[in-house]
Amino acid sequence: MNDIRRRYVIPGDRVAEGNYRPLMNVVKSGNALYATRIGIAETGREGAKVIPLSGVYIPRVNDLVIGKIVDHTSLSWEVDINSCFSAHLPASDVFGRDFSPARDDMSKHLAVGDMITARVALFDRTRDPMLTLQDRDLGKVSQGELLKISATRVPRLIGKRGSMIQTIEQATQTRVLIGQNGVVVVTGRTPEGISMAVRAIRMVEEEAHTANLTQRIRVLLNVPDEPQAAPAANNVEAPKPAEPAADSAERAEEELEVESEK
Amino acid sequence: MTQTRNLIDENGMRTDGRTIDELREVKITVGTIKNADGSAFIEFGKNKIVAAVYGPREVHPKHLAQPDRCVLRCRYHMSPFSTDTRKNPAPSRREVEISKVMREALEPALMLEDYPRAAIDVFVEVLQSDGGSRCAGITAASVALADAGINMRDIVAACAAGKVDEKIVLDINDTEDKEGGADMPVAYMPTLGQVTLMQLDGRLSQEQFTECLDKAIVGCKMVYDIQRQALMQKYFGNETEVKEEQ
Repeated sequence: MNDIRRRYVIPGDRVAEGNYRPLMNVVKSGNALYATRIGIAETGREGAKVIPLSGVYIPRVNDLVIGKIVDHTSLSWEVDINSCFSAHLPASDVFGRDFSPARDDMSKHLAVGDMITARVALFDRTRDPMLTLQDRDLGKVSQGELLKISATRVPRLIGKRGSMIQTIEQATQTRVLIGQNGVVVVTGRTPEGISMAVRAIRMVEEEAHTANLTQRIRVLLNVPDEPQAAPAANNVEAPKPAEPAADSAERAEEELEVESEK
Repeated sequence: MTQTRNLIDENGMRTDGRTIDELREVKITVGTIKNADGSAFIEFGKNKIVAAVYGPREVHPKHLAQPDRCVLRCRYHMSPFSTDTRKNPAPSRREVEISKVMREALEPALMLEDYPRAAIDVFVEVLQSDGGSRCAGITAASVALADAGINMRDIVAACAAGKVDEKIVLDINDTEDKEGGADMPVAYMPTLGQVTLMQLDGRLSQEQFTECLDKAIVGCKMVYDIQRQALMQKYFGNETEVKEEQ
């Protein structure tokens, strides 16, 4: 891990020269790899990539997304997932195999305007993404404060091993549900806590690429320098907040891609 | 195009006090329009131009969508107050042409095949014009596209060169454009070393043509440095180089 080289790049910059595998946001030309986005280039043993700092959300299979039902046909719902592609949720995914458009009333389950958490089941750019609710904790979002951030900031908001989001959740007594598409739902007991969490999330979005952000978020949220601050460096797990297990699981998954900072 | 007065004095200075190899002052600010996905404001001499990029987003009307790639739509527009006498805000023949050449100048740099069935809209609004506004527009649009996070092979930088008093000069202004001998706007991808736009208004000999093109490319490289600086400033602030943590 220590042999990863990081560098700021803009499109067209040479990221690596030689026999590197192109991983993400790089294009091969001759014997070199060039960046295609503004971001932080990382060159390591497994290849070269650029972690982008701007851009819209492009769906990927297995992404957890939060979307809004905008329409439905007799067989599927159309979901706005904050991307240039609108997603489809087949009615049979909710009603089961014996779904009949004549018998089942789709708007009883999900009406236009409802928010859902879903997983991207299929997507290959030739067709619109297809969603599924067949997993734990997927389905309708009944309450919460909704906000949108840039999808490129999602890994930073989660933080390494969920550190950032745990800090925000613990300090504001809220629960923050993050979609890979940049849609965030904040729920909590007090409106003060929610608005504080929203402020913190906005700050993460604006200052995502800067160093020591977790520390500044702590200051914003008046979190005293906990004893965990020191052992955190030794990879000691932060105390578990009261949150559903599913959340942690999905975060663990998301964190695999979080190599942005620290 | 008949020349009425000397545009280069005996000291080799031009009407605005520049030497023949000097660029006008260029200033680029990235991210000036909050509601756009990417934006840039450029001051190229007295030109003041704002560029905004929206997308990739869904194509409307749907029949314009391409199944294998993204559609790039450009609109170059001059505000009514951008010129000495009021300009009719309706798109003129010239604006339609510049919109088209601008699209063709930007397209080679974009990886449009990464966003099939989508559209990218580029709006370039000239707030104040002073000759060379298409080059400044392309420069700003390219920065705005990078700001929008669209996959690009390279940044496109544009700059004009031309003939004034039988001399090849860099970056001609409005007076030199109107009274000079030739005007050659060039857009260039510096890393790839490819020209994406080259127009010529006027007459040049073969030698002059080569010299003019070379000079314009040198100008594009200067503009590229400014584009790069502007993007770096927006995203990484003053830490322009390697940032190591831990």
